[in-house]
Amino acid sequence: MKNKQMSAADVVTQMKDGMTVGIGGWGPRRKPMALVREILRSPLKDLTVVAYGGADVGMLCAAGKVKKLVFAFVSLDFIPLEPYFRQARQSGALDVMEIDEGLLMLGLKAAAMRVPFIPTRVGLGTDVLRQNPGIKLVGSPYDGKDWVAMPALALDVALLHADRADARGVCQVKGPDLYMDDLFARAARSTFVSCDELVESSFFEQGDEARHVFWERAETTGVVHVPFGAHPSSCAPLYGFDVRHFKEYAASAKEPGGWQQYAERYIHCSEQEYLVRVGGIDAVRKLPLPVF
Amino acid sequence: MSEFTLVDRVICAAAQAWRDDGEVLATGIGIVPRLAASLCMVAINTDLMMTDSEAWLVSEPVPVGPREGYQPKRESWMGFSRIFDNVWGGKRHAMVGPTQIDRFGQANISMIGADYQKPKSMMLGVRGFPGNSINHANSFFVPQHSTKVFVAGEVDMVASVGYNPERLARGWSLDEIDIRFIFTNLCAMDFRGPDRQVRLVSLHPGVSVTQVQEATGFALHIPDSVPTTADPTPEQLALLARLDPHNLRASALG
Repeated sequence: MKNKQMSAADVVTQMKDGMTVGIGGWGPRRKPMALVREILRSPLKDLTVVAYGGADVGMLCAAGKVKKLVFAFVSLDFIPLEPYFRQARQSGALDVMEIDEGLLMLGLKAAAMRVPFIPTRVGLGTDVLRQNPGIKLVGSPYDGKDWVAMPALALDVALLHADRADARGVCQVKGPDLYMDDLFARAARSTFVSCDELVESSFFEQGDEARHVFWERAETTGVVHVPFGAHPSSCAPLYGFDVRHFKEYAASAKEPGGWQQYAERYIHCSEQEYLVRVGGIDAVRKLPLPVF
Repeated sequence: MSEFTLVDRVICAAAQAWRDDGEVLATGIGIVPRLAASLCMVAINTDLMMTDSEAWLVSEPVPVGPREGYQPKRESWMGFSRIFDNVWGGKRHAMVGPTQIDRFGQANISMIGADYQKPKSMMLGVRGFPGNSINHANSFFVPQHSTKVFVAGEVDMVASVGYNPERLARGWSLDEIDIRFIFTNLCAMDFRGPDRQVRLVSLHPGVSVTQVQEATGFALHIPDSVPTTADPTPEQLALLARLDPHNLRASALG
C-alpha cells in the first residue's frame, strides 16, 4: 500500500525550473501557502503559474519566481488589488495569459479530459483573444459559427490545500466551496496536497465523511501534513483568512525593500516559527470566517 | 415626507433593472448593485435568485455588512463551478462596476494604459467579464460619472464584449449580446438609441443634459424629453434600511 506522506521540501525537490505549476484555492481562500513558502525558500525559478490568484501569486511574483502567469484575476478580495502582482505587471517583466475565470476552468477541464481544446462562446469579441493569439477560433461542424477553442492547460504540478487527508492521498475538503481544486488535480502530472489534519483511512468510513472527497487518490502524488498550512488564506470551516496579516503584507509593498523585510520575517524561517510569528496557533484557529 | 439621499435614489432606480427578467440569478457586485438586486428581489421581482456572495443560493437577500445573528436562508449549494454552469446557461443578469466603459458598451476592469505588456495601472484582470457578457444580460453602475470612465475611444482592455460589429466572430450577431442599463451618480442610461447608441433615460434632480454629455467621452442619444429619476417610495426606503442596516451605502458614491 502506497504511503504518499512527504515534507514540503520533498515536494520542491520534485519540481524543476521552468515547470508549469497550478495552484488551487481562490483569491484569499484555501491556498497551499506552506508549499508556496517552501518554493520561496528554494532556488526554483522561471515558473509558469496557473491560478485563481491571491497572495500565492503576489509572493511568487515578488520573489521573482514567475516567468509567465496564466490568470483571470489576482486579488485578496477585501484588498481588491494584489500589490506585488501589480508591481510585477507594471514593471513589464511578466509574461501573461490573461483569460476569463471560466476559460481557465475549461482549460483545466480539457487537460483533465485529455482533449486539446473545449469549444465555448466565452471570450468572443474581447481583448482576451487579441492579447492571446495562441487561443484560436474554430468553425463548428454543426452550425455556421466560429467558437473559441480554449486550449488545454496541462500542468506539470498542482499544489493544493485540503482540510484533511490520509497517507494514501484521499483528500477531504469540507469548506462550502471546492473552487476548481479537483480540476487542478486532474490537469496535473503530479499533485501535491498539504493538509491541516492527517487522518487514518478509517476516518472516511464514518458518516458522510467520504462525501467530501472530490478526486480519487490516484490523482494525489504526495501528501504533506502542515497544520494551518493555508494561512494567511482561509481554510473554512477550520479558520478564516487573516485580515491583519494580509494588511501587513499589503503595506509592506509600499515600503522600499518591503518584500525583503516581509520575507525575512515570515518566509525565511520554519513553518513552526512562522506560526509563532503570525500570532500562534490559538490565534489562527480563532480567525473568523469571512462574511460578505 | 421621507428623508433620502442620492445613493438611495440610484439604488431604487437600479432595482428596476431586473423587473422583467423572471426567474434568473441576480448578481450585484459592490454595495449599490447588490442592494439594487436585493431590493428588486424583495419588492419588484420576487422570482429572482440570489447568492450569499459565498457559496449558497438564498431564498431572501442577505443584509450587507456584519450579520448580527442573521442566518442566511439557504436554498441550494452554489459554489463557483456551479456559478459557471448558471452563467453558461444564460439565466443571469449581473450589475457590475467597470473602470472604463465605451460607446459600444465594452467594459474594462483589467488594466489601464496604452501598453498592455506594461500597464500604467494594473487592476483585477478580466475576471468573469468575458463569459458574463457573451452569455447573459449585464448592467453597469458607475459611482462617479466622468470621461475617465466613459472613454472617447475603446476601453484599454475589452474585458466584456459590447455592441461593436467589428469584433463579432463569424456567424454571430449583435442580437446575441444583451447590455441593459447604466446607472451613475448623474443619470440612468440604456443602449436603445439608434443603432444601439447609448441613450439618456433619466436625469437625477439638479443634473442637466449638458452636464451628463460633458462628463461622457462619446455622443449620447438625447430624447426630446428626458424625465427626472423617480423618488424612492417610503416602502422602498424602509426595505433599504432593512437590507443595509449599517448604512454602508452612505459612502458608496465616493
